[in-house]
Amino acid sequence: MSPAGARGRLDVNIKQKSFRAASGGKLHVLGELVFSLRSGELAALVGPSGCEKTTLLRIVAGLDRDFDGHVAIPAHGTLAMVFQEPRLLPWRTVEQNVRLAAPRASDAGLEMLFQTLGLEAHRDHYPGELSLGLARRVALARAFAVKPDLLLLDEPFVSLDDALAARLREELAELVNRRPVTTLLVTHNVEEAIGLADRLLLLSISPARIVADVPVARPRAAHTPAELAALRGEIARRLNQPFSRENL
Amino acid sequence: MGMRLVSLALLIAAWYVGSQLAGARLLPDPQAVALAIVDEARSGALAFNLGATLARVAVAFVIAMALGSLIGLIMGRSRIADRLGDPWLIVLLNLPALVIIVLAYVWAGLTETAAIAAVALNKLPIATVTVREGARSLDHALDDMAQVFRMGAWTRLRHVVLPQLAPYLAAAARSGLSLVWKIVLIVELLGRPNGVGFEIGVAFQLFDVTRILAYALAFIAVMLAIETFLVQPLERHVARWRPRPA
Repeated sequence: MSPAGARGRLDVNIKQKSFRAASGGKLHVLGELVFSLRSGELAALVGPSGCEKTTLLRIVAGLDRDFDGHVAIPAHGTLAMVFQEPRLLPWRTVEQNVRLAAPRASDAGLEMLFQTLGLEAHRDHYPGELSLGLARRVALARAFAVKPDLLLLDEPFVSLDDALAARLREELAELVNRRPVTTLLVTHNVEEAIGLADRLLLLSISPARIVADVPVARPRAAHTPAELAALRGEIARRLNQPFSRENL
Repeated sequence: MGMRLVSLALLIAAWYVGSQLAGARLLPDPQAVALAIVDEARSGALAFNLGATLARVAVAFVIAMALGSLIGLIMGRSRIADRLGDPWLIVLLNLPALVIIVLAYVWAGLTETAAIAAVALNKLPIATVTVREGARSLDHALDDMAQVFRMGAWTRLRHVVLPQLAPYLAAAARSGLSLVWKIVLIVELLGRPNGVGFEIGVAFQLFDVTRILAYALAFIAVMLAIETFLVQPLERHVARWRPRPA
């Protein structure tokens, strides 16, 4: 289903990343992190809280260039990101927010996006008038409207109630199925990762390294409950284990 | 609205009582001042002088706001610019308006350019300081968003930066407008052959309190109209996205 080839390929090769601590010392937050995403692949970065997943995503997005290593994003370099908070412009309407990020989006394309995400009635609303769930949908619409070559999702459904998060996950899955895009999803929710990703990259606590690279076979509907339970157990075991070489 | 009218009526009543106590020479009553305004309006002098003053206010205000905002934005965003510009700002802020005006007239002659430059220079540092404060508090999260989505420089300025600066720009404009017109009167008094300031200067030499009050009140009315019909609607437009209490 995903187009093969290097067009939408992501190569991450980080040697290490540190912050200068307030006390003057160095805070080593990312260890060696090497992985690649095929074009159209959706990988989930799963790790305990505080393992600097957001830092990793900011490096991939080009927002943080202060690290050792190299990141090659897809050739065209059209990027979209859904941040932990919706990060909409409060002084622009829903539609303006989307159009400002995606000036080349077609009317028909936007129509379809708004419909899929249930936003038609809110086009002319300001972000301050939306619930958090709706605002997150706008952030998703904005990200898909630019037709990105690389999509970065930073815990996009955090602090929503379970039912709403599940519905938004389904909508995200539908959007990704309609137009496959190389996607890096950061989450600490294992269920979410299994539900959406082709592949799970399990991270250790800080300084973060990849503990395991777990493929999730598609289509997901084919998984039996027993298989899913086994997968969950496996992931839980690996995540709770302290990092060691054998796990690689 | 009702309370405002009551307050205004009380002011006029107090004025009337004051004029009865002080005598018409020191404080003419409201009716005399109103008649003087009508007289000046009939002769065309009122419109001419108000127009001259307003034009100076407008030009000096626009120059000071544009330059001040630009410098403030740069200083708020760049630490080097801030360090370089800050001493200049302190000097300008603490230079008395009168010194700037006199120096401008000495250096550039009693010209329109000197007058407007002096007024603009008086207002500039205040606009700069206010906008710099706004630029320092710009939201980095929105900056990151704009960068990820590769928004162009103009889009960023218009849709990301300026809306965040709007309250600071409004504050600078508000305080600026009232400051600028007061300084324009001094500039006119010292070195211009027309305008409200010039007329008040003439009236002062003739000890004509009626005319002083007539011009002052007429000009306050004009500024009130600008505030009501220009500044407030603009503020409402800029704040239209803020959720209002139902």
